[in-house]
Amino acid sequence: MLDPSIIEQLETLVGKENVLTGKVDLVAYSYDATADMPKQTPDVVVLPTSAEMVQEIVQLARRNKIAIYPRGAGTNLSGGAIPLKKGIVLSFQKMNKIVDVDPANLTAVVQPGVVIAALNAAVAPFGLIYPPDPGTVATATMGGSAAENSGGLRGLKYGVTKNYIMGMEVVLANGEKVRFGGKTVKNVTAYDFSNLFVGSEGTLGIITELTAKLIPAPKYRRTMMGVFKTLADAGNAVAGIIAAQVIPATLEIMDRMTIQTVEDFAHIGLPTDAEALLLIEVDGMAEEVVRAEAEAVMQVVRDNNGDLKTAETDQERDQLWTARRNALPALASLNNTVVLEDATVPRSRITDMLVACEAIGKKYNLVLGTFGHAGDGNLHPTILCDKRNADEIGRVHKAVDEIFETALRFGGTLSGEHGIGMAKMKYLGDELGQSGLNLMRSIKESLDPEYVLNPGKMVPLREN
Amino acid sequence: MAKAKSLEKQAGKTYHDDLAIVREELDKCMKCGNCMAVCPVYGADKVESAVTRSKIAVAEAVLDGQLELDDPQVYEMMFNCLVCKSCMTNCPTKVNFDRIMLALRAALVRKNGLPWLKKMIFSTLKHPALFDTGMRVGAALQGLAFKTDEGGKAISPRAPFAKVGGPLGFDGERQMPALNVTPLRDRVDEVVKVEGAVMKVAFFTGDSLNYFYPETGQDLIEVLTANKIEVHIPKAQNCCGVPVLVHGDVETVRTLARKNIDTFDATGCEYLITGCGSCGGAWQHDYVELLAGDPVYGPKAEYWAKRTFDISTFLTRIVKLREPKGRIERTVTYHDSCHLKKSMKVAAEPREILKSIPGLTFKEMAAPDACCGSGGSYVLSHFETASTIGRKKAEDIGRTQADTVSTGCPACMMQLFDNVHRAGGQQKVTHFISLLAESYRLEKTDN
Repeated sequence: MLDPSIIEQLETLVGKENVLTGKVDLVAYSYDATADMPKQTPDVVVLPTSAEMVQEIVQLARRNKIAIYPRGAGTNLSGGAIPLKKGIVLSFQKMNKIVDVDPANLTAVVQPGVVIAALNAAVAPFGLIYPPDPGTVATATMGGSAAENSGGLRGLKYGVTKNYIMGMEVVLANGEKVRFGGKTVKNVTAYDFSNLFVGSEGTLGIITELTAKLIPAPKYRRTMMGVFKTLADAGNAVAGIIAAQVIPATLEIMDRMTIQTVEDFAHIGLPTDAEALLLIEVDGMAEEVVRAEAEAVMQVVRDNNGDLKTAETDQERDQLWTARRNALPALASLNNTVVLEDATVPRSRITDMLVACEAIGKKYNLVLGTFGHAGDGNLHPTILCDKRNADEIGRVHKAVDEIFETALRFGGTLSGEHGIGMAKMKYLGDELGQSGLNLMRSIKESLDPEYVLNPGKMVPLREN
Repeated sequence: MAKAKSLEKQAGKTYHDDLAIVREELDKCMKCGNCMAVCPVYGADKVESAVTRSKIAVAEAVLDGQLELDDPQVYEMMFNCLVCKSCMTNCPTKVNFDRIMLALRAALVRKNGLPWLKKMIFSTLKHPALFDTGMRVGAALQGLAFKTDEGGKAISPRAPFAKVGGPLGFDGERQMPALNVTPLRDRVDEVVKVEGAVMKVAFFTGDSLNYFYPETGQDLIEVLTANKIEVHIPKAQNCCGVPVLVHGDVETVRTLARKNIDTFDATGCEYLITGCGSCGGAWQHDYVELLAGDPVYGPKAEYWAKRTFDISTFLTRIVKLREPKGRIERTVTYHDSCHLKKSMKVAAEPREILKSIPGLTFKEMAAPDACCGSGGSYVLSHFETASTIGRKKAEDIGRTQADTVSTGCPACMMQLFDNVHRAGGQQKVTHFISLLAESYRLEKTDN
């Protein structure tokens, strides 16, 4: 419990209506979208409306050794927003203004609580888009997705959040506010702070404003689906598309288990004897180029014994997307708990990784389906289990350990887009080694020596 | 789904009777937060206790014994929901959140009983004559507390009542439909015959069309007869029960459901027609779920569920709508009532009807299926949030430049009417069926 005088001071800082201490409110901020994580209620939820308020709150928290847990929409998948050490949840849902849309410079300046889809709606009239598209675009905030460095379906061609953050305003753990970057395309002034704070998961500073890069919306697109009898054919098709020098906007894969489950769930006529399915979308500004790319893709699919379907209309495109859209819901319908991982491997090892995931599922007698972004090697092995079955949960943990071990062995990484948070902290040393862990700790401690910001995430707390 | 049903039938109990039965619904929730994109209450309040996934987390805490059901904060959270079902349309794992909410409210009523005011009002619903008298007395006395606009169709609170009613939204600005001295069911015969009738249907009026918008009800009957359909409007029909159900009074709504089923069984009609999404949703879904454990009325509820249609679906999917010929030179937009679209799955049909009217220009608004903030009595208990939601709707309507906003639900009509007025808009608010009725009438005068 916090001293009541702290609550009073917070109320003076941000207004009574922006300080929540009721039991129900605290439960509402005790979790995020990550399965199989401990829940923890904070002592208080504070909803600031300005960067200056954030500075005052940080100073108050530091003076009184209270943890601060910054939170956007709480949709992350690595336990990043769970207030593990209680303290203050700093919710940015009321700092949701789009400050500036600048079509001449192809930039937008936003407060951290702006929802990604709201930014896209605001820039659409100018013919522009903000490309990063995590599955939660309709709810996730710009601040949260920058802190997590979210990816999405278009990563292969358009990159991820870090490629679109040009500048920031950040409140540091000492209460100072710092601004860097901006609207210029080129900027090599000082360290590349944007790339330090993007993906820092709220452990180094609190983002209070962002300058985002926009691009012209592609005018043409073609969508295709290839269904394969063997994983090797699908893997060769992925390699073949890249070898044909086509970079699709979307290149998604689903394994047999996922295809079968989607078909049982949505009855859309998928062949349940297929081993893999690829959903491919090419886009661009010139109709000719897009058509040529689509034809190249179709040829590759056919050359690799794929059963090809193409969409001529928006309605047909929607039908092709139905399978992919239903992947997670269909798998989730199988049990009460969805452990969704994002182990990532070099593109050339996609087939090996799919085979390995299936084998791991069998080894631990688990229901496991894999889908994901074949184009960038980012897979989502998904385990469906019963949270009330301790034995099964134990096997899930072993399987997850083995999935990460395998990804690293294939030259991959622990996380393609979900982040480390609490969920993957224990594996960090396996990828970075002791010197990497030391570097993490020295960066953390030079910016936040007292572990006020999102403590217990990314960098383990020092044991006292 | 089949699994949920088998649970419902356990020992004749449904989730309305035992909170533990909704555990299965709670388990489906991944806490992904997709509900945040569409929940109107969260959109207005911006705090997570307002949104579905948090309400589910709180329900879990209640079932696990970490929070008390009758804790005032749990109570407040539970009733800070419009039961608009928007979250359910955006839920990847198809959590039936309406069941969770109704189960919680019913459990609370079992534990603590109904607050006396609700008890008094709801008990009159079970006695139609008493309720009817109350509504008539209300109609006669409303002049004391409310002032009437020129046409006598809308009322606003008079000064002293505006002051005490402010927190409930009965400020001087509020505009509501006047209670009609002569309700719909007294205006029309129990059977409206038509020469050369091809079919007969029963019209479930619901209380809103009966007491607040009887002209709309008359328009609906007129449209049916213009399509050569005989209409039965049994006088013994009751409230559908949804207003009671959402307050957790399960026994009253079961009584109403059984009486309504008996009344409509007696009509001998093949179809039951509604002009209100909540009433139609009750017949299509709620009665079936409420009476799942009742060996006599359960099957009867299922019988009517399959034969209940919104007037728009009936006219365009069951019969072939007689083409309207009277010109209506108006620009019209359409608001999707939550219960009409999300419970009855009716969205294309009213638009088809509107577009079939000659002279009428149809303009879609942004987010036509975003809730208007009415939620029955929610607008009274949570006036500020409901107004924030309603303001956004009024802005979206304003941007279409339409001169008329149509919808398919009388509760939405009330909320739209009030919010369009507050936003300074001049748009006429109407049920889509009234535009069709007007077109039919015009073709008579045109010729």
